[in-house]
Amino acid sequence: MNPTPSPPPAVTEPATEGRHALRAAGEPARSSPAPPASGPDVAVVAEGLVKRFGATEALRGVDLEIRRGTVLGVLGPNGAGKTTAVRILTTLLRADGGRAWIDGIDVATHPRAVRARIGLTGQYAAVDERLTGFENLRLVGRLFHLPNGESKERARALLDRFDLADAAGRPVKGYSGGMRRRLDIAMSLIGRPSILFLDEPTTGLDPRSRLDMWSLIEGLVAEGTTTLLTTQYLEEAERLADDIVVIDHGRVIEHGTPAELKRRIGGERVAVTVGRPPELALVPGALGSVLTPGAEPVVDEEALTVEIPVAGSDGVVPAVVRLLDAAGIEAHDVAVRRPTLDDVFLELTGHAAEDGGDDR
Amino acid sequence: MTAATTSVTTTAPPPGPISRPVASGPAWLARDCWTEATRHLIATVRNPDLLVFATIQPIMFVVLFVYVFGGAIVVPGGSYVQFVVPGIFAQTVLFGSAFTGIGIAEDMSKGFIDRLRSLPMYPSAVLIGRTLSDLVRNIFTFLIMLAVGFAVGFRLEGGVVDAAVASLLLLGFAYAFSWVQALLGLSVKSVEAANSAGFVWMFPMTFVSSAFVATGSMPGWLQAVADVNPFTIVTNAVRALYNGQDPGADLWYSIAWAAGITVVFAALAARRFASRSRG
Repeated sequence: MNPTPSPPPAVTEPATEGRHALRAAGEPARSSPAPPASGPDVAVVAEGLVKRFGATEALRGVDLEIRRGTVLGVLGPNGAGKTTAVRILTTLLRADGGRAWIDGIDVATHPRAVRARIGLTGQYAAVDERLTGFENLRLVGRLFHLPNGESKERARALLDRFDLADAAGRPVKGYSGGMRRRLDIAMSLIGRPSILFLDEPTTGLDPRSRLDMWSLIEGLVAEGTTTLLTTQYLEEAERLADDIVVIDHGRVIEHGTPAELKRRIGGERVAVTVGRPPELALVPGALGSVLTPGAEPVVDEEALTVEIPVAGSDGVVPAVVRLLDAAGIEAHDVAVRRPTLDDVFLELTGHAAEDGGDDR
Repeated sequence: MTAATTSVTTTAPPPGPISRPVASGPAWLARDCWTEATRHLIATVRNPDLLVFATIQPIMFVVLFVYVFGGAIVVPGGSYVQFVVPGIFAQTVLFGSAFTGIGIAEDMSKGFIDRLRSLPMYPSAVLIGRTLSDLVRNIFTFLIMLAVGFAVGFRLEGGVVDAAVASLLLLGFAYAFSWVQALLGLSVKSVEAANSAGFVWMFPMTFVSSAFVATGSMPGWLQAVADVNPFTIVTNAVRALYNGQDPGADLWYSIAWAAGITVVFAALAARRFASRSRG
């Protein structure tokens, strides 16, 4: 928590940590009046954000940065403070402490200038059900102060791109959940935002629509849209984000690239079920070549299962089966288990990802 | 658009690659208000059910009071139709203002207000556009009620100018209350709550008034309440104008009430809307 009142001059942080430039909360405060890391290649900076709702502390000093052209995944359970952070960065809420800049513009003091540079897709598809898809897009284009011709043109292009051209003239009332979400994202892109905020873009979508949404977001990312994405799904953050911050109880508890995070929490695990208890102890030795070096096997003697972190998941099951055969161990079942958000939290905090109720 | 465009200067690091000035000035405000108003007008035209239901109830009131209760109610001046129809006009447009609060609560519950607040538009245009579109809707409802009034024998006895002044007064009063409803709509947590909060005080306000009976027929304490009720004052003013009588000071008091309510509640609603302290 370091609510430095001084504005940040354009100083680039020395790249001591290689390609990712995130700082954890609770890092010793830089000598005041030191500026936060910033510069032309950093699109978003937040420093020591604090927000209280009555007695509840929703944010307790959140620092984050997004490098231009990258995706930051903000990962955390319900109620962790993800949405509150997004609402502060998008000018909808004022922080009780700390500061934040979008493209170098202070969100607290110049909200309208910030709004001209951002696109926001909230947790619920914010579309006007009574209007058609085209009308929704044109409306937002006009309110973004695009010239009439341009807002129509952009609306048509986005409808085409998001596969909504056929439904463009129908009231949104009749759209499916996936269509609404696509329209919602199209609406946040109409002003060609410099930074896109996606607050849990796949929550509540069926698996098929979720996959569609992922490839849509990947397309945007490939074009270099700077994006902040909040999610409850580790898989989603892994797939879409360049950097990940993990938030719990209003604090950043971990940050890094997906690969770094995975290394820290052990990545995928393989679970081997054997026929007889004595074989349990033999499994780790037999599988030596596929294991993550130094990883601890977890033995469940009742279920006759050994769970072991493995280095990579490609072709791991056949390899495990071959190794077990070669060692003469009779395996009843071999399964690969991907780590979940709960595993991340168990690893990082020692407690499971609690459902904190409403995410505010 | 010839609006002035101001760019924002900050002491922060140089902005990113896209330099996008924020458009401001009265012409942009007007354009934003118009854009928001048309959003609701398109929706109203497309779903006219709401408009139909908004007129059924006052039509039933006209029938009920003129034909059912009318014979039993004695009013000064003699003709109950000439007495009660202006009162029902006033009640109709006032009830029409409730749509403002309900609509705003609906936009809030669906996250649409957040979307609008994240855009570089004028925030005040959200509320101004909404109240203006509700005014248009109210004008339409009022014209239907005027036709219904004529059908049951109501006549404009004061001439066209007086009738026009009376009608403008009614609509202005309803517009003022749109801002009260806007504040309520912004303050409640659900559409249902906006619905109840919008109507619960309008029933006593319109019935404890001179709209349906002369206040002299009420018990003393209630009459005292009814006589200071702004709804009584407005009803008396428009009734006098429609009937070719001199509204006297009631006209100026009515205008003052409408203007005062608009100024106070528009300011409160705008402040509530722009507030960034709530979750």
